[in-house]
Amino acid sequence: MSANSVSLAYLVAALLFILALKGLSSPVSARRGNVFGMVGMAIAVITTMTITDNWVYISLAIIVGGAVGAVVARRIQMTAMPELVAAMHSLVGLAAVLIAMSSFYIAQHGVALHLSNRIELFIGTFIGAITFTGSIVAFGKLSGKLGNKPLRFAGQHWVNLALGLVMIGFGIAFSISPGWTPFLIMTVIALALGFLLIMPIGGADMPVVVSMLNSYSGWAAAGIGFTLNNNMLIIAGSLVGSSGAILSYIMCKAMNRAFLNVILGGFGGGEGAVAEAGDGVQKTYRSGSAEDAAFMMGNADSVIIVPGYGLAVARAQHAINEMSKMLTEKGIKVRYAIHPVAGRMPGHMNVLLAEAEVPYDQVVEMDEINNEFADTDVVLVIGANDVVNPAAKTDPNSPIYGMPILEAHKARTVLIVKRSMAAGYAGLDNDLFYLDKSMMVFGDAKKVVEDIIKSLQH
Amino acid sequence: MHELVDPLVTNLTVFVLSIVVGYHVVWNVTPALHTPLMAVTNAISGIIIVGAMLAAGPVQLNLGTVLGFVAVALAAINVFGGFLVTQRMLDMFKKKGK
Repeated sequence: MSANSVSLAYLVAALLFILALKGLSSPVSARRGNVFGMVGMAIAVITTMTITDNWVYISLAIIVGGAVGAVVARRIQMTAMPELVAAMHSLVGLAAVLIAMSSFYIAQHGVALHLSNRIELFIGTFIGAITFTGSIVAFGKLSGKLGNKPLRFAGQHWVNLALGLVMIGFGIAFSISPGWTPFLIMTVIALALGFLLIMPIGGADMPVVVSMLNSYSGWAAAGIGFTLNNNMLIIAGSLVGSSGAILSYIMCKAMNRAFLNVILGGFGGGEGAVAEAGDGVQKTYRSGSAEDAAFMMGNADSVIIVPGYGLAVARAQHAINEMSKMLTEKGIKVRYAIHPVAGRMPGHMNVLLAEAEVPYDQVVEMDEINNEFADTDVVLVIGANDVVNPAAKTDPNSPIYGMPILEAHKARTVLIVKRSMAAGYAGLDNDLFYLDKSMMVFGDAKKVVEDIIKSLQH
Repeated sequence: MHELVDPLVTNLTVFVLSIVVGYHVVWNVTPALHTPLMAVTNAISGIIIVGAMLAAGPVQLNLGTVLGFVAVALAAINVFGGFLVTQRMLDMFKKKGK
Protein backbone atom coordinates (compact mmCIF):
# COMPACT_ATOMS: atom_id res chain seq x y z
CA MET A 1 0.00 0.00 0.00
CA SER A 2 1.15 3.53 -0.66
CA ALA A 3 1.95 5.79 2.26
CA ASN A 4 -1.16 7.83 1.48
CA SER A 5 -3.54 4.86 1.49
CA VAL A 6 -2.00 3.67 4.73
CA SER A 7 -2.62 7.05 6.34
CA LEU A 8 -6.20 7.10 5.09
CA ALA A 9 -6.83 3.61 6.48
CA TYR A 10 -5.42 4.81 9.81
CA LEU A 11 -7.85 7.71 9.70
CA VAL A 12 -10.78 5.28 9.34
CA ALA A 13 -9.46 3.21 12.25
CA ALA A 14 -9.11 6.33 14.41
CA LEU A 15 -12.71 7.33 13.68
CA LEU A 16 -13.87 3.85 14.66
CA PHE A 17 -12.04 4.15 17.98
CA ILE A 18 -13.84 7.40 18.69
CA LEU A 19 -17.15 5.69 17.89
CA ALA A 20 -16.19 2.85 20.25
CA LEU A 21 -15.85 5.30 23.13
CA LYS A 22 -18.96 7.18 22.09
CA GLY A 23 -20.97 3.93 22.24
CA LEU A 24 -20.28 3.68 25.97
CA SER A 25 -22.64 6.56 26.66
CA SER A 26 -25.37 3.96 27.17
CA PRO A 27 -25.51 0.20 27.80
CA VAL A 28 -27.73 -0.11 24.70
CA SER A 29 -25.16 1.20 22.23
CA ALA A 30 -22.08 -0.04 24.07
CA ARG A 31 -21.78 -3.45 22.45
CA ARG A 32 -22.02 -2.03 18.96
CA GLY A 33 -19.35 0.47 19.99
CA ASN A 34 -17.05 -2.32 21.06
CA VAL A 35 -17.48 -3.96 17.64
CA PHE A 36 -16.49 -0.65 16.02
CA GLY A 37 -13.38 -0.71 18.17
CA MET A 38 -12.48 -4.22 17.06
CA VAL A 39 -13.00 -3.37 13.40
CA GLY A 40 -10.85 -0.27 13.82
CA MET A 41 -8.07 -2.32 15.35
CA ALA A 42 -8.32 -4.93 12.60
CA ILE A 43 -8.04 -2.24 9.93
CA ALA A 44 -5.01 -0.71 11.65
CA VAL A 45 -3.24 -4.06 12.03
CA ILE A 46 -3.99 -5.36 8.53
CA THR A 47 -2.95 -2.08 6.96
CA THR A 48 0.33 -2.12 8.85
CA MET A 49 0.86 -5.73 7.82
CA THR A 50 0.99 -4.65 4.16
CA ILE A 51 3.98 -2.40 4.80
CA THR A 52 6.11 -4.82 6.81
CA ASP A 53 8.38 -7.47 5.37
CA ASN A 54 8.23 -9.95 8.23
CA TRP A 55 4.54 -10.61 8.16
CA VAL A 56 4.92 -14.33 8.93
CA TYR A 57 6.81 -13.79 12.18
CA ILE A 58 4.62 -10.85 13.09
CA SER A 59 1.48 -12.94 12.59
CA LEU A 60 2.97 -15.61 14.81
CA ALA A 61 3.65 -13.06 17.55
CA ILE A 62 0.07 -11.78 17.23
CA ILE A 63 -1.33 -15.31 17.48
CA VAL A 64 0.72 -16.08 20.59
CA GLY A 65 -0.14 -12.81 22.34
CA GLY A 66 -3.74 -12.91 21.16
CA ALA A 67 -4.24 -16.43 22.51
CA VAL A 68 -2.92 -15.41 25.92
CA GLY A 69 -5.18 -12.36 25.94
CA ALA A 70 -8.23 -14.35 24.88
CA VAL A 71 -7.75 -16.98 27.57
CA VAL A 72 -7.26 -14.37 30.29
CA ALA A 73 -10.31 -12.40 29.13
CA ARG A 74 -12.45 -15.51 29.34
CA ARG A 75 -11.21 -16.74 32.71
CA ILE A 76 -10.82 -13.55 34.73
CA GLN A 77 -13.16 -13.05 37.69
CA MET A 78 -15.07 -9.78 37.65
CA THR A 79 -13.81 -9.00 41.16
CA ALA A 80 -10.26 -9.23 39.73
CA MET A 81 -10.85 -6.66 36.96
CA PRO A 82 -8.69 -3.99 38.67
CA GLU A 83 -5.71 -6.38 38.68
CA LEU A 84 -6.25 -7.31 35.05
CA VAL A 85 -6.44 -3.69 33.99
CA ALA A 86 -3.27 -2.86 35.92
CA ALA A 87 -1.45 -5.80 34.35
CA MET A 88 -2.48 -4.67 30.89
CA HIS A 89 -1.22 -1.14 31.54
CA SER A 90 2.17 -2.58 32.39
CA LEU A 91 2.25 -4.43 29.05
CA VAL A 92 1.66 -1.21 27.12
CA GLY A 93 4.42 0.45 29.12
CA LEU A 94 6.87 -2.36 28.43
CA ALA A 95 5.95 -2.48 24.74
CA ALA A 96 6.61 1.27 24.50
CA VAL A 97 10.07 0.85 26.02
CA LEU A 98 10.92 -2.05 23.69
CA ILE A 99 9.76 -0.14 20.61
CA ALA A 100 11.81 2.87 21.65
CA MET A 101 14.90 0.69 22.12
CA SER A 102 14.29 -0.96 18.78
CA SER A 103 13.89 2.40 17.00
CA PHE A 104 17.09 3.63 18.57
CA TYR A 105 18.95 0.45 17.59
CA ILE A 106 17.75 0.77 14.00
CA ALA A 107 18.68 4.45 13.95
CA GLN A 108 22.19 3.61 15.20
CA HIS A 109 22.60 1.35 12.18
CA GLY A 110 20.90 3.49 9.59
CA VAL A 111 19.22 6.84 9.32
CA ALA A 112 20.33 9.13 12.14
CA LEU A 113 17.63 10.66 14.32
CA HIS A 114 16.94 14.39 14.38
CA LEU A 115 17.15 16.30 17.61
CA SER A 116 13.34 16.43 17.89
CA ASN A 117 13.11 12.65 17.30
CA ARG A 118 15.62 12.06 20.06
CA ILE A 119 13.66 14.18 22.50
CA GLU A 120 10.48 12.34 21.55
CA LEU A 121 12.23 9.01 21.98
CA PHE A 122 13.38 10.05 25.43
CA ILE A 123 9.88 11.15 26.48
CA GLY A 124 8.18 8.04 25.08
CA THR A 125 10.69 5.78 26.82
CA PHE A 126 10.45 7.29 30.26
CA ILE A 127 6.65 7.44 30.27
CA GLY A 128 6.58 3.82 29.13
CA ALA A 129 9.08 2.75 31.76
CA ILE A 130 7.24 4.50 34.61
CA THR A 131 3.96 2.99 33.41
CA PHE A 132 5.55 -0.46 33.30
CA THR A 133 6.94 -0.67 36.84
CA GLY A 134 4.21 1.52 38.37
CA SER A 135 1.54 -0.81 37.00
CA ILE A 136 3.37 -3.87 38.26
CA VAL A 137 3.32 -2.39 41.76
CA ALA A 138 -0.38 -1.50 41.39
CA PHE A 139 -1.06 -5.04 40.20
CA GLY A 140 0.82 -6.46 43.18
CA LYS A 141 -1.10 -4.32 45.64
CA LEU A 142 -4.50 -5.01 44.08
CA SER A 143 -3.99 -8.76 43.95
CA GLY A 144 -2.73 -8.77 47.54
CA LYS A 145 0.70 -10.08 46.52
CA LEU A 146 2.50 -6.98 47.76
CA GLY A 147 0.35 -6.21 50.76
CA ASN A 148 -1.80 -3.14 51.09
CA LYS A 149 0.59 -1.24 53.33
CA PRO A 150 2.11 1.84 51.77
CA LEU A 151 5.91 1.84 51.82
CA ARG A 152 7.39 5.07 53.09
CA PHE A 153 10.77 6.27 54.17
CA ALA A 154 12.16 9.60 55.26
CA GLY A 155 13.00 12.03 52.48
CA GLN A 156 11.15 9.92 49.93
CA HIS A 157 9.90 12.88 47.93
CA TRP A 158 13.39 14.35 47.77
CA VAL A 159 14.83 11.06 46.53
CA ASN A 160 12.15 10.90 43.83
CA LEU A 161 12.74 14.51 42.85
CA ALA A 162 16.49 13.96 42.66
CA LEU A 163 16.03 10.80 40.58
CA GLY A 164 13.62 12.65 38.29
CA LEU A 165 16.15 15.43 37.73
CA VAL A 166 18.98 12.99 37.08
CA MET A 167 16.75 11.12 34.63
CA ILE A 168 15.96 14.35 32.76
CA GLY A 169 19.68 15.15 32.80
CA PHE A 170 20.52 11.89 31.07
CA GLY A 171 17.59 12.45 28.71
CA ILE A 172 19.07 15.78 27.68
CA ALA A 173 22.51 14.21 27.35
CA PHE A 174 20.97 11.55 25.13
CA SER A 175 19.20 14.16 23.01
CA ILE A 176 22.43 16.09 22.46
CA SER A 177 24.67 13.13 21.69
CA PRO A 178 22.74 9.87 21.32
CA GLY A 179 24.34 6.74 22.71
CA TRP A 180 23.32 3.61 24.56
CA THR A 181 24.85 4.67 27.88
CA PRO A 182 22.66 7.72 28.59
CA PHE A 183 19.67 5.94 27.05
CA LEU A 184 19.95 2.89 29.30
CA ILE A 185 20.74 4.87 32.46
CA MET A 186 17.75 7.08 31.76
CA THR A 187 15.53 4.01 31.25
CA VAL A 188 16.71 2.30 34.44
CA ILE A 189 16.06 5.44 36.49
CA ALA A 190 12.57 5.73 34.99
CA LEU A 191 11.88 2.10 35.88
CA ALA A 192 12.96 2.76 39.47
CA LEU A 193 10.81 5.90 39.60
CA GLY A 194 7.69 4.00 38.55
CA PHE A 195 8.28 1.63 41.41
CA LEU A 196 9.05 4.34 43.98
CA LEU A 197 6.12 6.54 42.98
CA ILE A 198 3.43 3.88 43.44
CA MET A 199 4.85 2.00 46.46
CA PRO A 200 3.90 4.73 48.99
CA ILE A 201 0.27 4.84 47.87
CA GLY A 202 -2.21 2.94 50.03
CA GLY A 203 -4.79 0.38 49.02
CA ALA A 204 -7.80 2.67 49.40
CA ASP A 205 -6.36 5.04 46.81
CA MET A 206 -5.92 2.34 44.19
CA PRO A 207 -8.94 3.44 42.11
CA VAL A 208 -7.14 6.73 41.47
CA VAL A 209 -3.83 5.01 40.75
CA VAL A 210 -5.34 2.56 38.28
CA SER A 211 -7.06 5.41 36.44
CA MET A 212 -3.85 7.40 36.42
CA LEU A 213 -1.81 4.52 35.01
CA ASN A 214 -4.56 4.05 32.41
CA SER A 215 -3.85 7.61 31.39
CA TYR A 216 -0.07 7.06 31.35
CA SER A 217 -0.41 3.99 29.12
CA GLY A 218 -2.20 6.21 26.60
CA TRP A 219 0.45 8.92 26.76
CA ALA A 220 3.13 6.25 26.30
CA ALA A 221 1.45 5.11 23.08
CA ALA A 222 1.12 8.72 21.91
CA GLY A 223 4.78 9.32 22.73
CA ILE A 224 5.81 6.41 20.50
CA GLY A 225 3.52 7.88 17.85
CA PHE A 226 5.59 11.09 17.92
CA THR A 227 8.81 9.11 17.61
CA LEU A 228 7.54 7.11 14.64
CA ASN A 229 5.63 10.05 13.12
CA ASN A 230 2.53 7.88 13.23
CA ASN A 231 -0.77 9.76 13.58
CA MET A 232 -2.76 6.63 14.35
CA LEU A 233 -0.73 6.06 17.53
CA ILE A 234 -0.98 9.70 18.52
CA ILE A 235 -4.76 9.79 18.13
CA ALA A 236 -5.49 6.50 19.89
CA GLY A 237 -2.92 7.25 22.59
CA SER A 238 -4.38 10.65 23.40
CA LEU A 239 -7.93 9.27 23.50
CA VAL A 240 -6.80 6.78 26.12
CA GLY A 241 -4.69 9.39 27.90
CA SER A 242 -7.55 11.83 28.29
CA SER A 243 -9.94 9.06 29.29
CA GLY A 244 -7.67 7.95 32.13
CA ALA A 245 -7.15 11.55 33.23
CA ILE A 246 -10.90 12.16 33.43
CA LEU A 247 -11.44 8.96 35.42
CA SER A 248 -8.68 9.96 37.85
CA TYR A 249 -10.38 13.31 38.32
CA ILE A 250 -13.78 11.68 38.93
CA MET A 251 -12.30 9.27 41.46
CA CYS A 252 -10.47 12.02 43.33
CA LYS A 253 -13.63 14.06 43.50
CA ALA A 254 -15.61 11.08 44.80
CA MET A 255 -13.10 10.66 47.60
CA ASN A 256 -12.69 14.39 48.15
CA ARG A 257 -8.93 14.07 47.65
CA ALA A 258 -6.60 16.40 45.83
CA PHE A 259 -4.88 14.53 43.02
CA LEU A 260 -1.40 15.60 44.14
CA ASN A 261 -2.19 14.48 47.65
CA VAL A 262 -2.98 10.97 46.42
CA ILE A 263 0.10 10.83 44.23
CA LEU A 264 2.37 12.00 47.02
CA GLY A 265 1.00 9.25 49.22
CA GLY A 266 -0.77 9.25 52.52
CA PHE A 267 -4.20 8.51 54.00
CA GLY A 268 -4.87 5.45 51.86
CA GLY A 269 -3.09 3.11 54.24
CA GLY A 270 -4.61 4.70 57.30
CA GLU A 271 -1.69 6.98 58.15
CA GLY A 272 -2.62 8.23 61.59
CA ALA A 273 -6.22 8.41 60.41
CA VAL A 274 -7.33 6.15 63.24
CA ALA A 275 -9.60 8.84 64.61
CA GLU A 276 -10.51 8.63 68.23
CA ALA A 277 -13.67 6.57 68.18
CA GLY A 278 -16.19 9.21 69.16
CA ASP A 279 -16.02 11.17 72.39
CA GLY A 280 -15.60 8.29 74.79
CA VAL A 281 -19.32 8.17 75.48
CA GLN A 282 -20.74 4.71 74.91
CA LYS A 283 -23.31 5.22 72.17
CA THR A 284 -26.23 2.86 71.89
CA TYR A 285 -27.44 1.18 68.78
CA ARG A 286 -30.31 -1.08 67.97
CA SER A 287 -29.74 -4.49 66.47
CA GLY A 288 -32.18 -6.94 64.96
CA SER A 289 -32.38 -10.22 63.13
CA ALA A 290 -32.67 -11.01 59.44
CA GLU A 291 -36.36 -11.78 60.05
CA ASP A 292 -36.88 -8.26 61.42
CA ALA A 293 -35.17 -6.86 58.35
CA ALA A 294 -37.31 -9.01 56.04
CA PHE A 295 -40.44 -7.84 57.85
CA MET A 296 -39.53 -4.16 57.47
CA MET A 297 -38.65 -4.45 53.82
CA GLY A 298 -41.67 -6.62 53.08
CA ASN A 299 -43.96 -3.89 54.43
CA ALA A 300 -42.23 -1.02 52.66
CA ASP A 301 -43.29 0.70 49.45
CA SER A 302 -39.76 1.54 48.41
CA VAL A 303 -36.37 0.08 49.21
CA ILE A 304 -32.94 1.36 48.24
CA ILE A 305 -29.98 -0.99 48.53
CA VAL A 306 -26.57 0.59 49.13
CA PRO A 307 -23.95 -2.02 48.17
CA GLY A 308 -20.28 -1.68 49.05
CA TYR A 309 -17.28 -3.77 48.18
CA GLY A 310 -17.99 -5.89 51.28
CA LEU A 311 -20.93 -7.30 49.33
CA ALA A 312 -18.60 -8.64 46.65
CA VAL A 313 -16.12 -9.92 49.22
CA ALA A 314 -18.93 -11.96 50.78
CA ARG A 315 -20.04 -13.08 47.27
CA ALA A 316 -23.57 -11.98 48.08
CA GLN A 317 -24.39 -10.37 44.71
CA HIS A 318 -26.56 -13.21 43.45
CA ALA A 319 -28.38 -13.52 46.76
CA ILE A 320 -29.12 -9.81 46.83
CA ASN A 321 -30.52 -9.98 43.30
CA GLU A 322 -32.73 -12.89 44.39
CA MET A 323 -33.93 -10.82 47.33
CA SER A 324 -34.69 -7.75 45.27
CA LYS A 325 -36.58 -9.85 42.74
CA MET A 326 -38.83 -11.13 45.54
CA LEU A 327 -39.41 -7.61 46.81
CA THR A 328 -40.18 -6.38 43.29
CA GLU A 329 -42.72 -9.18 42.87
CA LYS A 330 -44.44 -7.93 46.01
CA GLY A 331 -44.87 -4.60 44.23
CA ILE A 332 -42.09 -2.87 46.16
CA LYS A 333 -39.93 -0.39 44.28
CA VAL A 334 -36.33 -1.57 44.59
CA ARG A 335 -33.27 0.32 43.46
CA TYR A 336 -29.53 0.18 44.04
CA ALA A 337 -27.60 3.33 44.92
CA ILE A 338 -24.01 3.35 43.71
CA HIS A 339 -21.26 5.54 45.13
CA PRO A 340 -18.47 6.20 42.58
CA VAL A 341 -15.93 4.46 44.84
CA ALA A 342 -18.19 1.56 45.81
CA GLY A 343 -15.83 -0.90 44.11
CA ARG A 344 -12.10 -0.98 43.62
CA MET A 345 -12.04 0.79 40.28
CA PRO A 346 -14.36 3.24 38.51
CA GLY A 347 -17.71 1.57 37.77
CA HIS A 348 -16.64 -1.70 39.37
CA MET A 349 -19.80 -2.18 41.45
CA ASN A 350 -21.99 -1.77 38.37
CA VAL A 351 -20.18 -4.64 36.67
CA LEU A 352 -20.40 -6.83 39.75
CA LEU A 353 -24.16 -6.24 39.96
CA ALA A 354 -24.60 -6.74 36.23
CA GLU A 355 -22.79 -10.06 36.53
CA ALA A 356 -25.36 -11.10 39.16
CA GLU A 357 -28.04 -10.20 36.59
CA VAL A 358 -29.35 -7.16 38.42
CA PRO A 359 -31.22 -5.17 35.72
CA TYR A 360 -29.16 -2.07 35.00
CA ASP A 361 -32.18 0.24 35.08
CA GLN A 362 -32.51 -0.50 38.82
CA VAL A 363 -28.93 0.64 39.40
CA VAL A 364 -28.72 4.39 39.99
CA GLU A 365 -25.71 6.68 40.42
CA MET A 366 -25.23 8.82 43.52
CA ASP A 367 -26.13 12.19 42.02
CA GLU A 368 -29.39 10.89 40.62
CA ILE A 369 -30.66 9.06 43.68
CA ASN A 370 -29.58 11.31 46.54
CA ASN A 371 -32.76 13.39 46.40
CA GLU A 372 -34.91 10.31 46.72
CA PHE A 373 -33.70 8.93 50.04
CA ALA A 374 -36.03 11.24 51.95
CA ASP A 375 -39.01 9.60 50.24
CA THR A 376 -37.77 6.07 50.79
CA ASP A 377 -39.13 3.70 53.44
CA VAL A 378 -36.18 1.39 53.91
CA VAL A 379 -32.50 1.66 52.99
CA LEU A 380 -30.43 -1.50 53.20
CA VAL A 381 -26.72 -0.71 53.58
CA ILE A 382 -24.70 -3.80 52.87
CA GLY A 383 -20.92 -4.03 52.92
CA ALA A 384 -20.58 -0.23 52.79
CA ASN A 385 -19.62 2.17 55.54
CA ASP A 386 -17.71 5.39 54.83
CA VAL A 387 -19.82 6.24 51.77
CA VAL A 388 -22.91 6.60 53.99
CA ASN A 389 -21.20 8.37 56.91
CA PRO A 390 -23.14 11.60 57.61
CA ALA A 391 -20.00 13.06 59.25
CA ALA A 392 -18.78 13.81 55.72
CA LYS A 393 -21.49 16.47 55.57
CA THR A 394 -21.82 17.56 59.20
CA ASP A 395 -18.48 17.28 60.97
CA PRO A 396 -15.75 19.63 59.70
CA ASN A 397 -13.22 17.79 61.90
CA SER A 398 -13.81 14.46 60.24
CA PRO A 399 -11.04 13.29 57.88
CA ILE A 400 -13.68 12.52 55.28
CA TYR A 401 -15.44 15.90 55.64
CA GLY A 402 -16.47 17.14 52.20
CA MET A 403 -16.55 13.72 50.59
CA PRO A 404 -19.82 13.25 48.70
CA ILE A 405 -21.95 10.56 50.35
CA LEU A 406 -25.13 8.63 49.72
CA GLU A 407 -27.66 10.30 52.01
CA ALA A 408 -29.02 7.09 53.50
CA HIS A 409 -29.64 8.84 56.83
CA LYS A 410 -32.56 10.72 55.27
CA ALA A 411 -34.64 7.58 54.72
CA ARG A 412 -37.38 6.55 57.17
CA THR A 413 -35.61 3.38 58.24
CA VAL A 414 -31.99 2.36 57.74
CA LEU A 415 -30.88 -1.27 57.95
CA ILE A 416 -27.16 -1.89 58.11
CA VAL A 417 -25.74 -5.34 57.46
CA LYS A 418 -22.28 -5.59 58.98
CA ARG A 419 -20.02 -8.18 60.57
CA SER A 420 -19.44 -6.13 63.71
CA MET A 421 -19.27 -2.53 64.88
CA ALA A 422 -15.68 -2.27 63.57
CA ALA A 423 -14.73 0.88 61.67
CA GLY A 424 -14.50 1.14 57.87
CA TYR A 425 -11.55 1.77 55.54
CA ALA A 426 -10.91 5.25 56.88
CA GLY A 427 -10.97 3.98 60.47
CA LEU A 428 -13.91 6.17 61.41
CA ASP A 429 -16.96 5.62 63.52
CA ASN A 430 -20.26 6.14 61.70
CA ASP A 431 -23.07 8.14 63.33
CA LEU A 432 -25.55 6.54 60.97
CA PHE A 433 -25.43 3.37 63.07
CA TYR A 434 -26.62 5.17 66.21
CA LEU A 435 -29.69 6.92 64.79
CA ASP A 436 -33.05 6.01 66.30
CA LYS A 437 -34.28 4.85 62.92
CA SER A 438 -31.28 2.63 62.27
CA MET A 439 -31.06 -1.07 62.91
CA MET A 440 -27.91 -3.16 62.72
CA VAL A 441 -28.13 -6.69 61.37
CA PHE A 442 -24.91 -8.46 62.32
CA GLY A 443 -23.47 -11.29 60.27
CA ASP A 444 -21.90 -12.28 57.01
CA ALA A 445 -23.57 -10.37 54.16
CA LYS A 446 -24.41 -13.48 52.15
CA LYS A 447 -25.79 -15.36 55.14
CA VAL A 448 -27.94 -12.43 56.23
CA VAL A 449 -29.38 -11.93 52.75
CA GLU A 450 -30.14 -15.64 52.44
CA ASP A 451 -31.93 -15.52 55.79
CA ILE A 452 -33.92 -12.49 54.63
CA ILE A 453 -34.93 -14.45 51.53
CA LYS A 454 -36.11 -17.36 53.69
CA SER A 455 -38.23 -15.07 55.83
CA LEU A 456 -39.71 -13.37 52.79
CA GLN A 457 -40.86 -16.73 51.46
CA HIS A 458 -43.18 -17.23 54.44
CA MET B 1 8.01 29.11 -2.35
CA HIS B 2 6.33 26.61 -0.10
CA GLU B 3 8.05 25.67 3.07
CA LEU B 4 7.46 22.12 4.33
CA VAL B 5 5.89 21.85 7.74
CA ASP B 6 8.00 19.96 10.25
CA PRO B 7 6.35 16.60 11.12
CA LEU B 8 6.60 17.59 14.77
CA VAL B 9 4.14 20.42 14.15
CA THR B 10 1.71 18.13 12.30
CA ASN B 11 1.98 15.59 15.10
CA LEU B 12 1.35 18.24 17.70
CA THR B 13 -1.76 19.42 15.84
CA VAL B 14 -3.16 15.90 15.73
CA PHE B 15 -2.22 15.36 19.37
CA VAL B 16 -3.98 18.45 20.71
CA LEU B 17 -7.13 17.92 18.63
CA SER B 18 -7.35 14.28 19.72
CA ILE B 19 -7.17 15.25 23.37
CA VAL B 20 -10.05 17.66 22.85
CA VAL B 21 -12.11 14.96 21.13
CA GLY B 22 -11.23 12.44 23.85
CA TYR B 23 -12.20 14.89 26.57
CA HIS B 24 -15.66 15.43 25.12
CA VAL B 25 -16.37 11.83 24.22
CA VAL B 26 -15.27 10.44 27.58
CA TRP B 27 -17.33 12.87 29.67
CA ASN B 28 -20.36 11.44 27.88
CA VAL B 29 -19.64 7.91 29.03
CA THR B 30 -22.18 6.82 31.61
CA PRO B 31 -20.55 6.17 35.04
CA ALA B 32 -22.13 2.70 35.06
CA LEU B 33 -19.80 1.74 32.21
CA HIS B 34 -16.55 3.16 33.59
CA THR B 35 -15.04 -0.29 34.10
CA PRO B 36 -15.77 -1.38 30.49
CA LEU B 37 -14.39 2.01 29.43
CA MET B 38 -11.12 1.19 31.14
CA ALA B 39 -11.02 -2.24 29.57
CA VAL B 40 -11.70 -0.92 26.08
CA THR B 41 -9.12 1.84 26.45
CA ASN B 42 -6.72 -0.94 27.43
CA ALA B 43 -7.49 -2.56 24.11
CA ILE B 44 -7.18 0.73 22.25
CA SER B 45 -3.81 1.51 23.83
CA GLY B 46 -2.87 -1.85 22.34
CA ILE B 47 -2.68 0.21 19.12
CA ILE B 48 0.96 0.44 20.09
CA ILE B 49 1.02 -2.89 18.21
CA VAL B 50 1.25 -0.79 15.04
CA GLY B 51 4.47 0.75 16.32
CA ALA B 52 5.71 -2.68 17.32
CA MET B 53 4.97 -4.10 13.86
CA LEU B 54 6.86 -1.25 12.22
CA ALA B 55 9.81 -1.94 14.52
CA ALA B 56 9.64 -5.64 13.64
CA GLY B 57 9.18 -4.88 9.97
CA PRO B 58 12.66 -4.72 8.37
CA VAL B 59 13.49 -7.98 6.64
CA GLN B 60 16.92 -8.25 8.21
CA LEU B 61 16.66 -9.86 11.64
CA ASN B 62 18.65 -8.10 14.37
CA LEU B 63 18.21 -6.88 17.93
CA GLY B 64 15.87 -4.13 16.70
CA THR B 65 13.43 -6.48 15.00
CA VAL B 66 13.55 -9.04 17.81
CA LEU B 67 12.56 -6.36 20.33
CA GLY B 68 9.79 -5.47 17.89
CA PHE B 69 8.46 -9.04 17.83
CA VAL B 70 8.32 -9.19 21.63
CA ALA B 71 6.47 -5.87 21.66
CA VAL B 72 4.00 -7.18 19.07
CA ALA B 73 3.18 -10.18 21.25
CA LEU B 74 2.76 -8.01 24.37
CA ALA B 75 0.51 -5.53 22.59
CA ALA B 76 -1.54 -8.39 21.10
CA ILE B 77 -2.36 -9.55 24.64
CA ASN B 78 -3.83 -6.12 25.27
CA VAL B 79 -5.72 -5.94 22.01
CA PHE B 80 -7.39 -9.35 22.29
CA GLY B 81 -7.70 -9.40 26.07
CA GLY B 82 -9.05 -5.86 26.20
CA PHE B 83 -11.73 -6.16 23.54
CA LEU B 84 -12.88 -9.62 24.63
CA VAL B 85 -13.18 -8.81 28.30
CA THR B 86 -15.07 -5.63 27.39
CA GLN B 87 -17.44 -7.70 25.28
CA ARG B 88 -17.91 -10.11 28.17
CA MET B 89 -18.76 -7.30 30.57
CA LEU B 90 -21.08 -5.53 28.17
CA ASP B 91 -22.98 -8.77 27.58
CA MET B 92 -23.86 -8.69 31.27
CA PHE B 93 -25.47 -5.30 30.80
CA LYS B 94 -27.97 -6.71 28.32
CA LYS B 95 -31.57 -6.01 29.23
CA LYS B 96 -32.84 -9.10 30.96
CA GLY B 97 -35.84 -10.55 29.15
CA LYS B 98 -38.70 -11.03 31.54
